[in-house]
Amino acid sequence: MPFIPHTEEDISTMLASIGANTIEELFDEIPPALKSGSLKALPGLSEMEISRLMQERAEVDGRYLNFIGAGAYEHHIPAAVWQITTRGEFYSSYTPYQAEASQGTLQLLYEYQTMMASLTGMDVSNASMYDGASALAEAALMAVRSHKSSRRILMPTTVHPIYRRVVRAIVKNQGIEVVEIPYCAECGHTLVESLAPYAGQDIAALVIPQPNFFGVLEPVDALTDWAHDNDALAIGVVNPMALALLTPPGEWGSTGADVAVGEGQPLGIPLSSGGPYFGFMACKQSLVRQMPGRIIGRTTDLDGKTGFVLTLQAREQHIRRSKATSNICTNQGLMVTAATIYMSLLGPEGLRRVAAQSHANTVALVEQLETLKGVKRIFSGPLFHEAAVTLPVPTDAVLQTLKAQGILAGLDLGEHYPELGNALLVCATETKIADDLKKYVEHLGRVLA
Amino acid sequence: MLIFEHSRPGRRNYSQSPTTAAEVRNIPQHLLRKTPPLLPEVSEMDTVRHYTRLSQLNFSIDTQFYPLGSCTMKYNPRACNSLAMLPQFLARHPLAPEDTGQGFLACMYELQEILKDVTGMAGVSLTPMAGAQGELVGVAMIRAYHEARGDYARTEIIVPDAAHGTNPATAVMCGYTVVEIPTGKEGDVDMAALKAAVGPKTAGLMLTNPSTLGIFEKNIAEMSRIVHEAGGLLYYDGANLNAILGKVKPGDMGFDVIHINLHKTFSTPHGGGGPGSAPIGVAERLLPFMPVPIVAFEQGKYRWLTEKEIPQSIGRLSAHMGNAGVLLRAYIYIRLLGAEGMYRVAEFATLNANYLMAELSKAGFEIAYPTRRASHEFIVTLKDLKEKTGVTAMNVAKRLLDKGYHAPTTYFPMLVPECLLIEPAETESKQTLDAFISSMKEILAEAHAQPEMVKGAPHTTPVRKLDDVKAAREPDLTWKQSS
Repeated sequence: MPFIPHTEEDISTMLASIGANTIEELFDEIPPALKSGSLKALPGLSEMEISRLMQERAEVDGRYLNFIGAGAYEHHIPAAVWQITTRGEFYSSYTPYQAEASQGTLQLLYEYQTMMASLTGMDVSNASMYDGASALAEAALMAVRSHKSSRRILMPTTVHPIYRRVVRAIVKNQGIEVVEIPYCAECGHTLVESLAPYAGQDIAALVIPQPNFFGVLEPVDALTDWAHDNDALAIGVVNPMALALLTPPGEWGSTGADVAVGEGQPLGIPLSSGGPYFGFMACKQSLVRQMPGRIIGRTTDLDGKTGFVLTLQAREQHIRRSKATSNICTNQGLMVTAATIYMSLLGPEGLRRVAAQSHANTVALVEQLETLKGVKRIFSGPLFHEAAVTLPVPTDAVLQTLKAQGILAGLDLGEHYPELGNALLVCATETKIADDLKKYVEHLGRVLA
Repeated sequence: MLIFEHSRPGRRNYSQSPTTAAEVRNIPQHLLRKTPPLLPEVSEMDTVRHYTRLSQLNFSIDTQFYPLGSCTMKYNPRACNSLAMLPQFLARHPLAPEDTGQGFLACMYELQEILKDVTGMAGVSLTPMAGAQGELVGVAMIRAYHEARGDYARTEIIVPDAAHGTNPATAVMCGYTVVEIPTGKEGDVDMAALKAAVGPKTAGLMLTNPSTLGIFEKNIAEMSRIVHEAGGLLYYDGANLNAILGKVKPGDMGFDVIHINLHKTFSTPHGGGGPGSAPIGVAERLLPFMPVPIVAFEQGKYRWLTEKEIPQSIGRLSAHMGNAGVLLRAYIYIRLLGAEGMYRVAEFATLNANYLMAELSKAGFEIAYPTRRASHEFIVTLKDLKEKTGVTAMNVAKRLLDKGYHAPTTYFPMLVPECLLIEPAETESKQTLDAFISSMKEILAEAHAQPEMVKGAPHTTPVRKLDDVKAAREPDLTWKQSS
């Protein structure tokens, strides 16, 4: 019996203690008419059999030379990260409600909060959210809670298109309006001028992506100041890896953004078809009691010794029930364990090098692609590690042909930005070497020839 | 000692980042960071040693018994982890074409089909990333259903007072008002109160069955009839599905929508508080509103269905398809069990719970609902003990930590005073349960003989009782260089 240790003798002793004759008798309070019983026949597999099945399926999926980014990025993950993260004491521990039995996880989360607050330039960070998209939705809700009158969020169309959908799905039942702001067709970022129609109106928050979905850097200082001049919060949605190089949201404009959220995946989390990842959320001190999710604080025990606890729980569902800041009760503990170990191993210089190399590789890739006839970067704005390029032939045909060569050439922008025509979003992180770029450009050259 | 206190300027790991520092061209000076972030500057060994030592301060299933009610802390098989972490699965980009992920998608499709069968529902979507998000999706679908029929009058969700806190919090996030109904003496929902609560404003009822009191709602068929006749829908909080796996299907009980906590019933790791994963199942009438994407199998190929195929979908809850790696672990676990193994989960979880309840009762502990069978969990109330000795449920919980057991769930459900909600799960042996029972007996004796010692517990954990009030009044949430 898989994972059940009971011997026949155990079972009969236990039933005798209960005063029941059979295990089935223990279900006698369930009305017989409801007992639907049988499941479809599914034979149990041994560990050897399931290993074989899963290995076969993994092999079917194969390995590709990947140039897709679009919100999930391939970075080198040091061996130590997941070896330590999957230690049973992290992997199989429960949410740290019993603080005295969870000091390992709690201290790690406190260290994580410190790292994320510093990376984003914010005062405080929570212990993580589900993912970047849902963290942005929670930030929008937080802005509406803290604003006295407005239920309107300004959302540039340079924000990840799926993030925009997720925000809408999560906030729509609370009567919150999400207004989309167009981007500059030439530079590829949001122009402060395009916010002019909303100046002086009641706005809860302006969302500011950095870098944006096209990989372009936004004029974050001017956008942040615009938000504050209009009594709105500035919500930065940022790539944490980029923050090793770029001005953190806490230093944008004259007083800094108010909330920073984003996808934590670049910090040591494998791509794995989309999850589990983790979202992060950091904010100004003044907003901490509006923040959803778990927060860890440092305190002392009966003997005055330093220890860590879940704190400010009066915001949360298990205490406040219908009056909680959010229904969220989980964070992404194990993912954050990996991210914290990743950031410790990389340190400020290592993280900066990964970011700089990713930037340099993408710049080099774009330069080489532009040597091909009809291939050109679409936008003029400065880029981090991703770029939109236009192709002289239909994008899908290019993607199919390169895939046959083992290359995932990028994301087709057509679905979300049809106005861009045959457009591809490409990303070359630090994991790509000169030969990889060369291979990509050569194969694309052959398709176009 | 914090990792930052091991830090020394200029120390770093050379192997783990690019060997040379690439030039940053093309980024204007004013967009560049001026001061480096406060990340530790430590060696690889410092990092490994620090986090290994931190891990050793944790309780975990791999090291301790967790009789933690409503959390289903069962063994997490190692094969589930190692096979979900095969390199091809880890390397696959979420936006890679479907034909580069047929192996992965086959697992997801089969998981959807198995969960449909287990829950008795017509459709399953795997996207919600945690129980609370599954609830949000479920209630949003209930709302979408009523609105699609032009019924905008339904503004209330009914929730029993024993429900998880996420239930009322979710209803509010979906724009509903919460109507709480009480529990009767025997632990079932008060039927008169339910009848009085339903009406044209009722959008739905959220229910856990077996409930968080550890008992099966006997009147579920009648409840289903009352709510449906009033035009409302029934939401099943799948937190306690482990207790009835293969025995009763929520679909057969009349539920319209359900979320399944994979980190409970299907043994994916709790990971110190996540990641969770909570697929939702729906009855026929909610199929058009399911969150996307959903895996389809057509002409021998697996592919994602999106807003295009499901235009009335309530939408997307995450940037991609949900917690893929968690879903893989659950799939592997289910395949290891097979159908027979799934029946046994409920059977042995229930056997363990009833045995523990019987033995603790014999040992002098007061059972909150002594006339009822335990489902996979039950409640001990320490009201009398507190009156006689001053020792509270929390004190007993903390004293258990000293004895090497994780504490049961305390003070939940809130309607039972001084309660311990105890759930052993099926993977624990009789010998472990017997040792736990002995420790509980010892604590009972200690409570009478040395109440002050018990109140001062824990004594042997890495830290003693922590000052929560200080933590909340003077929040210290990040380490500062000077501190």
